[in-house]
Parts: sequence; C-alpha cells; structure tokens
Amino acid sequence: MKGFQKALALLFVVAMVFIHPGSAAAALTIEITQGERSGIPVAAAPFRWQGTGDPPENLRAIVAADLHRSGRFDLLSPADYLSSPSEVSEVRYKDWRLIKAEALVVGRITEKGPDQFEVSFQLLDVYRERVKVGLRYTANAAQLRQVAHQISDRIFYEMTGIKGAFDTRIAYVTMQLSDGGDRVYQLMIADSDGHNSQQILKTTNLPVLSPAWSPNGQRLAYVSFSDNQSGANVWLQDISAGTRRPVARFDGSASAPAWSPDGKSLALTVSSRGNTDIYVLGVESGELRRLTKHPAIDTEPAWSPDGRYLVFTSDRNGRPHIYRVSRNGGKAERLTREGKENAGASYDPTGKRLVLVTNRGQGAGYQIGVFYPESGRTDVLTDGTLDESPTFSPNGAMILYATRMGRDGVLAVVSADGRVRQVLKSTEGDVREPAWAASR
Amino acid sequence: MQRFWTILLVLFLGVTLAGCAASKKKGGTVEVEDATIDGSGADVTTGASASGVDSDDATAGEIIIIDQNDSDVDDPLGQRVVYFDFDSSNLTPEAQRVVEAHAQYLTSNPGMAVVLEGHADERGTREYNLALGERRSNAVSQIFQAMGVAPDAIRTISYGEERPISMGQDESAWSLNRRVEILY
Repeated sequence: MKGFQKALALLFVVAMVFIHPGSAAAALTIEITQGERSGIPVAAAPFRWQGTGDPPENLRAIVAADLHRSGRFDLLSPADYLSSPSEVSEVRYKDWRLIKAEALVVGRITEKGPDQFEVSFQLLDVYRERVKVGLRYTANAAQLRQVAHQISDRIFYEMTGIKGAFDTRIAYVTMQLSDGGDRVYQLMIADSDGHNSQQILKTTNLPVLSPAWSPNGQRLAYVSFSDNQSGANVWLQDISAGTRRPVARFDGSASAPAWSPDGKSLALTVSSRGNTDIYVLGVESGELRRLTKHPAIDTEPAWSPDGRYLVFTSDRNGRPHIYRVSRNGGKAERLTREGKENAGASYDPTGKRLVLVTNRGQGAGYQIGVFYPESGRTDVLTDGTLDESPTFSPNGAMILYATRMGRDGVLAVVSADGRVRQVLKSTEGDVREPAWAASR
Repeated sequence: MQRFWTILLVLFLGVTLAGCAASKKKGGTVEVEDATIDGSGADVTTGASASGVDSDDATAGEIIIIDQNDSDVDDPLGQRVVYFDFDSSNLTPEAQRVVEAHAQYLTSNPGMAVVLEGHADERGTREYNLALGERRSNAVSQIFQAMGVAPDAIRTISYGEERPISMGQDESAWSLNRRVEILY
C-alpha cells in the first residue's frame, strides 16, 4: 500500500508536466486522451518559492491540472511566458496579451516557520488590467495540496460563475490478484485528482462495489459480502471512525445503495425470491419501504436533487432502460427510448441532466452519455466499449467514470461537455467503481 | 468401479451434511481501516473488523467426480455449471437436462443443502449484472422446487460479473462467465 501511494505521488509529479503528452508513464499518470483548444485561455505563472531548499509542493502544477481537467480552460504553456511575476505589482499586462491569455494566475509560497507556509495568489483579468480575486492561506506541508485545490475552486468560480469542485473527495475500488490467486479488493478514498489515496476497507475474495457517499461526506454505503455463504448486502462505514455495519438483514440480497439528498434514507435494490425491486430504507429507523413491484429487474436507484423522484434501471420492456418513479412510489415512467440499453443513471446537481451508461447497438459496447429528460436527447461523451459507473462532480462540470486500458480497469474524467477527457492510469491492478463525494 | 464412486459419494454426503454446503471458493476476509483526512490513521486497523469464514477447500462441492472414469461421460450430474445466453436467464435444453438431473438427485437425497451461484459476463453495469446473476440462480431454483427440492435446502447467491471464470474479453470468454454453479 505504501508503495502504491508512493508510486501515485511520483506519478502525479509526472502528471504535472502533462503539458507534454508524450512523457513516459510510471505507475499512475494522467494521460490526455482528448482536448481541443476552445476553452478560456489562461496563463498560470509558477508560484514563487520564498524559503529554504526545494518548495514542498508545485502549486502551479496542481492548479493548472485542475483547471485543465474541467474542460473550461486552455492552460497556456509556461515555455511561452515572457515574464514570471508572482504578484500583481510585478505584472506587465502586455506580456500576457501578447500570448493571448485572458486571465493570469500569479502566486507565492512563503516559508513562515517549521512546517508552516503562507500561500497567496491573485487572479488577474489581462484585458481589463485588474485583480479579479486575491487570497492568502496558511498551511502545513500536508495541507498544501488542499490549498491548491481551494485556489482552483476559487478561480473556477470567478471565471465561470459555477462553484468549483476540486477540493472534494472520490471513492473507488481496486482489485488485485494475489500470487495465490486470491482476489484482493480495496475500497479507497482520495482527493478529486486521485492524490492522497487511503485504503478504508480490504477484503479477500469478497467483492466490493457501488460505493456511495453520504451527502455530508462522512459515511460511505457500499455493497459487499460477509462470507461465501450469504449474498450481497449493503454496508455502512463511518470513514473517520473506521466502523462499519450492514444497513439491515434482508430476506435475500441487497445492493445499489443511493443516499437521499437529506441523508436520512437509502434507496437500494433488494432481491428476494427471485425478484429484484427498489426499496427505501430509513438509515436510522431501519424502516423498509418498497418502491417498485415488478417481476422484471429494477435496480440502480438514484435520487433527484430535490428528493422528489428516483430514477432506476429496469428491463421491464426487454432491454435495460431508465425509468423514473415518485419517492412515494406509484407508476414508473420510462425516460430513455434511444439506444439499445441504458443503465446506471444519476442526476446532475440541477436535476436537468442524467449521466448514464449507454449502449447504442451495432456492437458499439458501452459508453458514458449525458441524457436530457426534457428533450430525450443523449450526448455520448466517451468512446470505450466497457465504460461504466459514471459520477458527476458536485458542481456538474465533470464526470468521473470507469473505463478499460487493455485488460485493466482505470478511472477517467471527462468534462460534462465531452470536450476534455483524461485517464488516471494505474498499473496497480484493476480500478473501478468511482464515486464523487458531494462535500468534503 | 461404479460401487466405489457410490461409496465415495455417500461418504461425501456425510461431509456435506456436516459442512452444510460449504462453498468451494476460498474463504473471504475483511479488514476495515479508518481514514482521517490527514491520512495519519490509514494504517490503523480498528474495531468492527470482521473475519470471514474460512471454508474448507476440500468439500463435497468440489470433489464429487462421479463417473469420471466410467464410460458414461454424458452423465449430467457430472456437470456442475450451466451456461446462459447474453442477458438471458432462460435455460438452454442442455442446461435444463443438467439442472433436472441434479434436482432428481437432490429430491432422492433429502436433507442435502445446495447453493446456486449466479454469474454474469462483464457487459452491462455491475449492479444490473448482480441482479441478472440473481435471476439466473433463481431460474435454476425454480426448476429445483418444481421438481420437489425443498425450498429451505436451496440457497441462491449472485456474484454478478465479479467472479469471472475466464478473464478474456470476447464471446468465448463471456460465454463461460454467464453461468450458474450448482454447489452441494
């Protein structure tokens, strides 16, 4: 595990120079797989280090990678910069107009004491020649990455009017085959860029899937097996305490947990006596209420942001498609009609779009799509054959999903407009089942 | 020769009754770890960790090799796995024959417990495949029950696409992974 984290860190150092897509990959790296130049052109000058030895983090690189990954910005290459200011008073705006930057990020990191740093940054409007925002932070070395993500969030907000989602966490599952042929599963949590990964659960030969963050980001629900004698069950784990429990004992198996927006209920799938339907469970009360009742498979529930509806996957009309039902139950309405299959849908924060796994037929396999319930349109964002498990960033600007690179499962991020797509490639086994937390 | 295997079978019936349908899979283990945001707790194993059951690898489920050395290689009881078409839980005629043979065997040996383990190939979402594996194992369970196997003696478990037999990514691999394993 330590080795993995080390490799991860090392790789992200490599990833930081991702401006050169040809650079060789080690254990984990961001590979730019797609990206046209049509975002806002932004320059980010190197953060000036004012201290002894080497700077503890390359903040500029973290911020630049965040902004690029969102798909909204084109980060101009530092090789073209004519000067390297670290503060507004040092900026010659014409240097930046010449390279057609619309915005410029400048910053400093100053050593204030043992393991104590001050970080400052300013976001400048190059054409209006003024400061859009400037902030100062104090942090220890371990907090510097988080400071960089907070800077990215602030810049994102100033430039787009949308709250940033870089200072957030993700969960995912890795599977590695041991030398003895065992399947070792790890449930991991990490920063939104894959850094600072930590294992929170490890099982041997007992699959782990479908992690789901509680709205407050403090708990994870997920599916696993307690032994080889019982079917799947939904577990609830308190992340900081490290305690876990099955949410309930079911007559049959339970899976596909989805938190209601108020965090009080879990929608889940219960398979009992051969029938698979959606239920709603009171997390504290333990009260179980059946939401759908159909001999077909009903699974993968997800709540609308206002908590009034749930979407789910059902094959009641033959192939799997997306349906919607009131949180009070009643008749389910079919939403998707295009494509051969659609599954695994979840809402964006506005409730106007769904991200899902779509199979368009003709042997195309499974890609990630964004579906607009009002128009019935689906935009296909990816081009894999086994893409799955899409999850919106909390601000709806990006989608994290699982895809394949050869035999291995890897995580990838695509901007919600499909313009920029990056793979977080790992050689440490099979990576799958990402979930993006709504809050840190 | 036939008599030898019959004796062996009876012996293992005893093991099965005692072991109550232990799976042939290796035992699972679980470690829960806490994780504070600063990462300092990442190596600490805390309470609530649960040890999985270490099931004996050498159980009846694996060792019954009836008639393997006899001429009747077509004995459906020798087949422990039935296969399905893509996104289907309908039994093929061949699968039907195998399932019925096991059902007959189980009805004439009341008291035996059987686990029906449903699996799917990797296409489609993991959760849908978990439900599909459930439906497949239930399809076999329905035939068992229709033929008189006590419902209490049957347990269905789905692993969805999580435990593939073949790691390949083509139809020949997928066809091996869409299956129900009959374990007793």
